Amino acid sequence: MSINVTRQRDVVVIEIEGQLIVSNRQELKQRVLDEAEGGARKILVDFGKTGYIDSSGLGVLVSLAKRLRELGGDLRLANLNDDLQTLFELTKLDTLFQIADSRERALETF
Amino acid sequence: MVSNGALDLRIPSDVQHIEGLVEQVVRRCAEHRFAGRQLALNVPVALTEALSNAILRGNGDASGKEVRVRAEFVDGRVVLEVEDEGGGFDLAECTGDPTTPENLEREDGRGLFLMQALMDRVERLSGPANVVRLTLIRR
Repeated sequence: MSINVTRQRDVVVIEIEGQLIVSNRQELKQRVLDEAEGGARKILVDFGKTGYIDSSGLGVLVSLAKRLRELGGDLRLANLNDDLQTLFELTKLDTLFQIADSRERALETF
Repeated sequence: MVSNGALDLRIPSDVQHIEGLVEQVVRRCAEHRFAGRQLALNVPVALTEALSNAILRGNGDASGKEVRVRAEFVDGRVVLEVEDEGGGFDLAECTGDPTTPENLEREDGRGLFLMQALMDRVERLSGPANVVRLTLIRR
């Protein structure tokens, strides 16, 4: 997995390339927490280049969303392919996160 | 590895070895013409969960232990067996529902649920070894 971080206005966009699974979830967690500690309150995770996500990866996203909310911010998701969308629907996490079809659409409303 | 298209692999009990092993199994499933969604979602996620459980829970994240994975292709289905060195667990007792309002925001508790949701059959085999068997029918 590789993580690409960019900033678009006041939104930190985190693009995940590869799999988000038990062996690398801490890397994402630390990266997002570092951004939050640096003052970021709007974080968008872009899954356009993501392969599959396991339960540990989902758990980290839940944990980070809670942390951002505690700080008065928000963590949103974008660009899920059909398989990832199914994963979020199976676990009902699609009801917990605000998910946009594209990065552009997510940024418009963030 | 055995010669009839099946796989028989052993990895050190370390989560860093999961992704490579899953890739090998998915490649073999692709050769057996499993559907795109099964190759991108069902097999990799369910097998990752089974391996993660075997390494972190079954083997207690202890170095020096191993996990064995067998994949057999029979009558349009793949049967995956993940064996660890632990004492086993009760599948039904350990599988909760992470989609209930009280569980939705929990960080853990989705692994066994996903295995069951993504596979046609999930079994824990009792015997001298602790084995979880996952079966998926090709569609």
